[in-house]
Amino acid sequence: MLDSNKDNLKLEAMKRIIGMVAKGREASDLFPAVVKNVVSKNIEVKKLVYVYLVRYAEEQQDLALLSISTFQRALKDPNQLIRASALRVLSSIRVTMIVPIVMLAIKDAAADMSPYVRKTAAHAIPKLYSLDQDQKEELIQVLEKLLYDKTTLVVGSAVMAFEEVCPERIDLIHKNFRKLCSLLVDVDEWGQVVIINMLTRYARSQFTDPNLQDVDEDEESKRPFYEDENEVDEEQQEKRAPTLDPDHRLLLRSAKPLLQSRNAAVVLSVAQLYHHTAPRSEVHQVAKAMIRLLRSHREVQDIVLTSIAATATRRKVMFEPFLKSFFVRSSDATHIKLLKLEILTSLATESSVGIILRELQTYVAAHDPPFVAAAIQAIGRCASNIKEVTDTCLNGLVSLLSNKDQAVVAESVVVIKKLLQTQPSAHREIIIQMAKLVDSVTVPQARASILWLLGEYSERVPKIAPDVLRKMAKTFTSEEDIVKLQVMTLAVKLCLTNPKQTKLLCQYVLQLAKYDQNYDLRDRARFLRHIIFPADAESGGPTRLSKQAKKIFLAPKPAPVPESHFKDREQFQLGSLSHYINTKANGYQELPPFPLEAPDPKARDVETEPQVMEQAPLFTAKKVSSKKDSKFYSDTESPEDESEEDENSSDEDDDDDEEEEDSSSDKDEEEDDNEDEESSGLEEKLPKKVVKSNAKPKSDEEEEEDESDEDDSSSESVSDSDSEDESSEPSSVPKKQTRNAKPAKESTPVVKPKSNLDLLLDLDDGVFCQLISKVLSVIFCFQFLQHLLQS
Amino acid sequence: MEKHWKSVISRSVCDYFFDHQRKASSPEDIPPVIATPHHYLISVYRSSMFFVAVCTTEVAPLFVVEFLHRVVDTFEDYFSECTESIIKEHYVVVYELLDEMLDNGFPLATESNILKELIKPPNILRTIANTVTGKSNVSSTLPSGQLSNIPWRRTGVKYTNNEAYFDMIEEVDAIIDKSGSTVCAEIQGYIDCCIKLSGMPDLSLSFVNPRLFDDVSFHPCVRFKRWESERVLSFIPPDGNFRLMSYHIGSQSIVAIPVYVRHSLCLRESGSGGRLDITLGPKQTLGRTIENVVLEIPMPKSVLNCGLVTNQGKYTFDPVSKLLVWEVGRIDVTKLPNIRGTISLQSGSPPVEANPSINVKFTINQLAVSGLKVNRLDMYGEKYKPFKGVKYITKAGKFQVRM
Repeated sequence: MLDSNKDNLKLEAMKRIIGMVAKGREASDLFPAVVKNVVSKNIEVKKLVYVYLVRYAEEQQDLALLSISTFQRALKDPNQLIRASALRVLSSIRVTMIVPIVMLAIKDAAADMSPYVRKTAAHAIPKLYSLDQDQKEELIQVLEKLLYDKTTLVVGSAVMAFEEVCPERIDLIHKNFRKLCSLLVDVDEWGQVVIINMLTRYARSQFTDPNLQDVDEDEESKRPFYEDENEVDEEQQEKRAPTLDPDHRLLLRSAKPLLQSRNAAVVLSVAQLYHHTAPRSEVHQVAKAMIRLLRSHREVQDIVLTSIAATATRRKVMFEPFLKSFFVRSSDATHIKLLKLEILTSLATESSVGIILRELQTYVAAHDPPFVAAAIQAIGRCASNIKEVTDTCLNGLVSLLSNKDQAVVAESVVVIKKLLQTQPSAHREIIIQMAKLVDSVTVPQARASILWLLGEYSERVPKIAPDVLRKMAKTFTSEEDIVKLQVMTLAVKLCLTNPKQTKLLCQYVLQLAKYDQNYDLRDRARFLRHIIFPADAESGGPTRLSKQAKKIFLAPKPAPVPESHFKDREQFQLGSLSHYINTKANGYQELPPFPLEAPDPKARDVETEPQVMEQAPLFTAKKVSSKKDSKFYSDTESPEDESEEDENSSDEDDDDDEEEEDSSSDKDEEEDDNEDEESSGLEEKLPKKVVKSNAKPKSDEEEEEDESDEDDSSSESVSDSDSEDESSEPSSVPKKQTRNAKPAKESTPVVKPKSNLDLLLDLDDGVFCQLISKVLSVIFCFQFLQHLLQS
Repeated sequence: MEKHWKSVISRSVCDYFFDHQRKASSPEDIPPVIATPHHYLISVYRSSMFFVAVCTTEVAPLFVVEFLHRVVDTFEDYFSECTESIIKEHYVVVYELLDEMLDNGFPLATESNILKELIKPPNILRTIANTVTGKSNVSSTLPSGQLSNIPWRRTGVKYTNNEAYFDMIEEVDAIIDKSGSTVCAEIQGYIDCCIKLSGMPDLSLSFVNPRLFDDVSFHPCVRFKRWESERVLSFIPPDGNFRLMSYHIGSQSIVAIPVYVRHSLCLRESGSGGRLDITLGPKQTLGRTIENVVLEIPMPKSVLNCGLVTNQGKYTFDPVSKLLVWEVGRIDVTKLPNIRGTISLQSGSPPVEANPSINVKFTINQLAVSGLKVNRLDMYGEKYKPFKGVKYITKAGKFQVRM
């Protein structure tokens, strides 16, 4: 069918082939027939052929070469979509022979005027790199150019390529750092994740540790910060401002709104940025957003909880207000329940432990065995971490001993054993009660624990211990290995403390163990026998060993400290794959520690400023002021955008009377300065000025935030932008000229404007906007004059 | 079904996944990230299907998880539901979609507005038209939205009726104690929109009492700054259905619990088994009726069957999954719904220590339980007068009553 000349048939055939590919069936023998169709005019056939090619080109290198010329032609196609997809496929064909061709194509595409094609070029870079590592230097050059790109579309992909190809070339970022920060809000979600991750590493290597100086202010973070967020924020920022590098501040500030993203990955990446680089007092801001993610899909929950668990071990205060969000529901999946328990226990403090314990009590009654076990362990951890509740916990656990469920009892025995170890004060009754349990408990782990306890504290229960040993000796052969080992230990310990009653028993047990099937047991038996009954080995006589036996076996043992197993995850970047699986994943890049010495903070400035200056000295003041807008759909080419605004303002000055129809420029106006009262902006221009001056204090307020982070220069620029409407006319004229020249190069309108309204929103047509709004204003002027004359 | 972006990875990696699947007791219990010697398998479980991504290098797991969810969302958007048979049927479209969405392991276009312009969603009419005219449902031009700074909206939208509907859905998550006291309660809210407006409308939505919001997240179209300064949602909407924002009203504020459950359940070994008696009643509903009430009780393993009598609705008991479901319907204040009867237990099984918890589901129309209200919706940038509508719904989210 592929040879037919009807597109329909071809399409049908291709669909079937793709079906085979999708099912993982071998379809490579059709390669020659498929490749022919790469020239097909039908775009769908073409696409399917592309899909096929990418899958099998690696296996059929020679034949794949046949298609290359088609791609080369397509790369010159006037349609940007076709150009881009050709580049995509070309770079996805993993054939070493075409590396130079791809290189050339990438270079061309990187200079393409369509941002979409440039984006594809950025994607192609890591592909080529993985195919041929030798191209690195050349690729980095292209990449450098792409990193300079100001379109939000391109930046994300460029940074992604940067991360894959040359993450060590941090110097490439210096000049782009501020631009990346200001564009961050507008980049697509996936780009945001990559950029933030990259910037975290950047911040770790370029800024000093914000927490170094203020170790003494540690307590500060403990104070209640939920009374009024904003107020506290402001205060703290003022306090921090001198200690924090302004660029560092800029990074944190521009990332903050992203906590409100709908994309969990973005939120978590901001969280890790704060976790790793922010001053201690500011980290708590991310907690709320992380809690929100807990309502998301199960998988998201799991990963976020893992991150929280790791964070909570170090920053308890951060999640304490949200304690209740970690309460377990019976509908949660088991691994989520376990994670929640983990977090609950690490969050427990003197004040909150009551609620937590009550919750844990309910969990113990649940139906999910691993969860119940974990809950009991959690009680144990709470008990040993917080001294005040140890006794209540112990009592609670002891009452669990009478539980009907074997597993519960066993687990509590193990936990009690650990707890008793931490405080071997008089808990005689508990030990006695546990000793009684030996008869009923069947879970080996628990039996072993009881035996160990008895041995360890045998002097407290001198009557019972030998009796238990006697029982155990009877059933020795039918026990599990772990129990057998403990029986031996018990026997030996008793033999040392109470040789009169138990020496024979002990010998008997050892004798039994000697003939056990398990070699571990046999070894242990031999070992113990030689220490305690050295009579067997006459030669050395009552050796030193046997004299020391008591010290060896009855040495005071350090109590186990139940620790969160999330503690050791600190070494990995929060939210990374390595962090989740707690081992180093392929290609994981370690977060560099903060440099101890402040790396020359001016290095970035020095490199940045001249570069901006060179390009257009006039822009600098403007650029800062345009940051104000960047939080909105900040137009990527700020110069153009700015000039539109100028245009409007000059229009206004020309004819400040009503121009109801001048919707085009009005709309523009709304786009750009949103702080204005939009409702009033529609119709009256004259009153608007009044409104504006009225609104000034308000807008100042809004900009306060900006001010504090945009260094000293911003104060001028803000006032600049405020007075722009009135005063910018003379200055804007020369600017306009320079700018007109620049966009003209870039904007070759691919999509022809259909109406004026559409046009305004299309960036490439910025120049058109200017022209049209100018024309319109002239027309309206004219009409207005006519109107005047008539009246 | 498989698709490869970088070099081809053999299908046998999935064996690791199947191993885990076999081990896990329920599909929910499979860890989302599985590390194998050379690859990392990241999976999501949606509509009883697993979507597994295989990675070779370090990548943020949430990034992948989120992307997979987005893929499923897109499928649902395209095919109106996402099941195994539908994916098999539309494998070509699926393949084309995946091809557009991901390039070399990096997401390319995930906005459904753009994707729909690139690849037209299948429907019967178009299938017929295509066979007649020989056209394909793959667009040959790049959607202009992709290039503009408003990538979520397509250009040139035209409707004869301009409408904007907002659904405010609030879900109450709560855990109620044995004794009836609230352990914790939160509200999770969403604003889902269906917007069919021509041109490039610029909307702003304001609330009567925005102070209530504890934590919010937005669709990328919402302007952050405007929200921070004025608490107004200002945005140029995507075309069609989308989730504008979701918010969270946390445990710090007091949440009204609209329903109470009085229950007694005892499961004893002796005699006939256990007894169950549950009564439902409204509480703090602000005069609205509670509808679609469903109670779900996962019974312990030892329960064999239930012989219950209801005065309203009907119940089912699945002896395999041990799930007792009681579909109550609406709650009538004058005659409170009640279910009672006996439960037969397997003889000889160990006695059940604890009682299960009840999952309650309900909806209340025309009420946002948090008290949130939309103040007004303004539109700029277009001339016509749109038809606007707001709907409030309160639902039970994860609403659990412990017995």
